[in-house]
Amino acid sequence: MSADLVSTLQARFPRLAPRPSADHPAVNAPLEDLVPLLRCLRDEHGFDLLTDVTAIDWAPGASPRFTVVYHLLSTTRAGAYVRVAAPCAGPEEAPVAPTVTGLWAGADWHERECYDLMGVRFEGHPDLRRILMWDGYPYHPLRKDFPLAGIETELPAEDVAAETGARVVAAPMAGGPFVASAGEINLTEAEPRAKDESWSDRAPQPGHTPLRQVKE
Amino acid sequence: MVTANTELGYNSKVEGGVIVSRADAAINWIRTNSMWPMPMGLACCAIELMAVGGARFDIARFGAEVMRFSPRQADVMIVAGTVTYKMAPQVRRIYDQMASPKWVIAMGACASSGGMYRSYATLQGVDRIVPVDVYVSGCPPRPEALLDALMKLQSQVRREPSARRLLSA
Repeated sequence: MSADLVSTLQARFPRLAPRPSADHPAVNAPLEDLVPLLRCLRDEHGFDLLTDVTAIDWAPGASPRFTVVYHLLSTTRAGAYVRVAAPCAGPEEAPVAPTVTGLWAGADWHERECYDLMGVRFEGHPDLRRILMWDGYPYHPLRKDFPLAGIETELPAEDVAAETGARVVAAPMAGGPFVASAGEINLTEAEPRAKDESWSDRAPQPGHTPLRQVKE
Repeated sequence: MVTANTELGYNSKVEGGVIVSRADAAINWIRTNSMWPMPMGLACCAIELMAVGGARFDIARFGAEVMRFSPRQADVMIVAGTVTYKMAPQVRRIYDQMASPKWVIAMGACASSGGMYRSYATLQGVDRIVPVDVYVSGCPPRPEALLDALMKLQSQVRREPSARRLLSA
């Protein structure tokens, strides 16, 4: 079935290429073909549910740096699932892709999330705001060049920041992120927590002074 | 003629309707036995917090069953769950809206230290934005642990110089 679908689509969109996939069929498409291809899949192949919109960051300097991926599911044909990938246009730091909110209303929040975390701008989106991080956050945290611990910035609210002196700080990773190491038989040593020696009674959390209360 | 005083404690025939005590003892007795919690349930710890309010663990035994969802009526904020940087200003504002005297319990690993969420999005301990009186360990803590925290907070409040603070306020 998968080969049928890809070859049927290739007959109509000659610039499509099959995309390596372990399970369901997947295609690479140029950005110009993306919306007509998704419309064709929705209207003629029964893929009526857009389950996810994600993006891949191929690392800084790569060309193209970002690829958007659309996951489609059919609610009428059992087990039918397809992924469509397309490289983004635009400069490296501000990738651009067309919106599919005109095809699936549910694409709205998927694209907002994708914009929030990866920084892909979806052209024509009715309300492209951040959805998880707060408005005004200066970074896109799931990009490859963003550290997991975060980058020091201001708190979302100035009044609270002024009163408490709190800032958004990089989380102390203490050598992490901690993942179990492969090949170790001793589970006590292989487990992530065994390697974490920070924040104990003897070694307090770095740069941290708890607020003291002044009662009444 | 001097007789041995065999009457211990309060004798209503001698003292009438008057009991002599320290103001601190009376004020703190009132405060400790009706601490109304502000349930700041932000993650899975809130489920354990609900269990504490239920019949099996029954926080009413310690006078803290009146969960108030308005900070104006609450005495102790129980921060139960992960505080993200996006949520942190709201937690502080709700704390600011509570009337004094007020206390804070940081329930669970996330509220106490950020817990397992060492990432760009999570506040690494709610004590960065509000003063915490009692920290509860656990992920999530068992309901008994929260009851223990409440009892610890009560014993802490019993030692407070409340009368002096009221007069100097």
